[in-house]
Amino acid sequence: MKFWRLIFANLFRKKVRLILTIGSFAIALLLFTFLAVVKSAFSRGVEVAGADRLVVVNRIGLIQVMPISYGERIAGIPGVKSVTHNHWFGGVYQDEKNFFPQIVIDVENQRQVYPEFIVPDDQWNTFLKDRQGAVVGARTAQRFGWKVGDRIPIKNSLYGPTKTWEFNLDGIFHNERPGGDESAFWLQWKYFDENVPGVLKSTAGWYVLRLNSPDDAVRVAKTIDDTFANSSFETKTETESAFAAGFAKQFGNIEFLILTIGSVVFFTLLLVTGNTMAISVRERTAELAVLKAIGFTDRSILFLVLAESLVIAFVGGLLGLILASGAIPGIGAALNGLLPALILSKSMLALGLVFALFVGAASGLLPGIGAMRMRVVNALRRV
Amino acid sequence: MIRVDGRSDSQSLIRARGLNKTYSRGGEKIQVLQGLNLDVDKGDFVAFMGPSGSGKTTLLNLLGGLDVPSAGSITVDGDEITHMSGSKLTQWRARHVGFIFQMYNLIPVLTAFQNVELPLLLTKLSKSERRKHVETALAVVSLADRMHHYPRQLSGGQEQRVAIARAIVSDPTFLLCDEPTGDLDRKSADEIMVLIDQLVSKYGKTVLMVTHDPVVATRAHTTLHLEKGVLVEGKASHERVLAGGAA
Repeated sequence: MKFWRLIFANLFRKKVRLILTIGSFAIALLLFTFLAVVKSAFSRGVEVAGADRLVVVNRIGLIQVMPISYGERIAGIPGVKSVTHNHWFGGVYQDEKNFFPQIVIDVENQRQVYPEFIVPDDQWNTFLKDRQGAVVGARTAQRFGWKVGDRIPIKNSLYGPTKTWEFNLDGIFHNERPGGDESAFWLQWKYFDENVPGVLKSTAGWYVLRLNSPDDAVRVAKTIDDTFANSSFETKTETESAFAAGFAKQFGNIEFLILTIGSVVFFTLLLVTGNTMAISVRERTAELAVLKAIGFTDRSILFLVLAESLVIAFVGGLLGLILASGAIPGIGAALNGLLPALILSKSMLALGLVFALFVGAASGLLPGIGAMRMRVVNALRRV
Repeated sequence: MIRVDGRSDSQSLIRARGLNKTYSRGGEKIQVLQGLNLDVDKGDFVAFMGPSGSGKTTLLNLLGGLDVPSAGSITVDGDEITHMSGSKLTQWRARHVGFIFQMYNLIPVLTAFQNVELPLLLTKLSKSERRKHVETALAVVSLADRMHHYPRQLSGGQEQRVAIARAIVSDPTFLLCDEPTGDLDRKSADEIMVLIDQLVSKYGKTVLMVTHDPVVATRAHTTLHLEKGVLVEGKASHERVLAGGAA
């Protein structure tokens, strides 16, 4: 393109300013990408939730339990394909910083309700026969360097005096849904039930059921809640995505927080680059007037100004995304699993680049229109 | 032949009829040009003189399509430019007018070659064709050996030569020079005027020039004075200068 030489020559006119502007784009894009990744991490549970699954919890709250007998009654409701139950274990591996979710599972129905979790059959069969067995997600296994056959000690003080529970790692699961959880540590309900105080025996923390058809969700949820209404353990049944969204909200209104910070980043960047472009155009009023005098049309003047701001945005944005690609896995590792996995997807990189180009175009637009509308005679008179 | 009485019936290259230009300044209307007539033939070299504020640059801007008159018409090579839209006028300028400014107005971040190439970027010429044209234009102004120099690496006179090369590179119908020597010392000014003279005599260019300098004006075929918004022929002052008298 024959105008590129002119565009690049103008860009490199003030090198320090160019570097600083590109730098602000890069830092803003790094922050933008990080925020987007965190937001996505919190909403991933909702995104990957099964449309045909319902979660039943105690109406009072998630930490209240329900009788194990509820499972059979729920399974008998028309439209329910299979039911499983879980419990929050809440132990600590070596240090409290090494957080990962430990879930007590019902081994008989787990795979029917969660077909997306893939465990090799031989490993699963070993797990079924091993009351002290455990199956862990690939991400957590990789994080701690665990392999099948390892003995995993986990301290727990939720169920009486602090006690170390020993587990045999029988298997490692993968999740076939992109972005799905691979961090949980599963242990058997029977082993759990034997070792908890009497008040917690024969209880479930929550039930998860799979429906014959997602269309039955509203009816089945209502039937379950009606079935246990006015009992000692009333229930609250909701779709898995609503449950995941509610769970994420326990951390606070993350989405609002991220949107607020993101908006501040956006407008600050817009003002910084808009101001830079405005100064850059103002400094060149006479030159732009000469270009118009010798035949550059208003549109080509607008194009030149916009092209400059878009090049800055593209280079700065790209740099920010490269920084983000390098930094986000490191930040994820430093967080020690406190947040869900921070995954920088290709779509997020593309979104970041679109964001950068949008800011570039918006910041170049006003100075560009000003240059476009400038009267040559007036501009030349100022020289 | 240059005429200012509006009675020429010949096919003039540039023909202005009844030009009026009124400015509004602080609520007050200032009439700069009042029914000005002008006929310029191809190959003519005319200098416009007059006191500051008399409307010389305004006239040049109108003839170059940079501004529009309040009334009257301008026809160049058969094209009536006064009623052209902004974008048409821009295209017309690119094809027909070469501008030479007092302050050269080169782009400082481009080399002499790249500055001269600018008007050709608007044409459909190939890169090699553009190179050929630029090299020719720079050779005409004797700066072929400085084509890769930036404006800051050139003297004032050389910068103005580059500006002249930029003005002629697309072979426009006529050249408009606004105080082309106003920022130069006498020696450089003389060299620039020799060059402009050559463009007229050797290459047949039509040149309209505004100047304050009577010595510079002597290079023109005709000097016209702007008085009370109209042009009058300035033969008397021209002859006084040639005779060594004061302007």
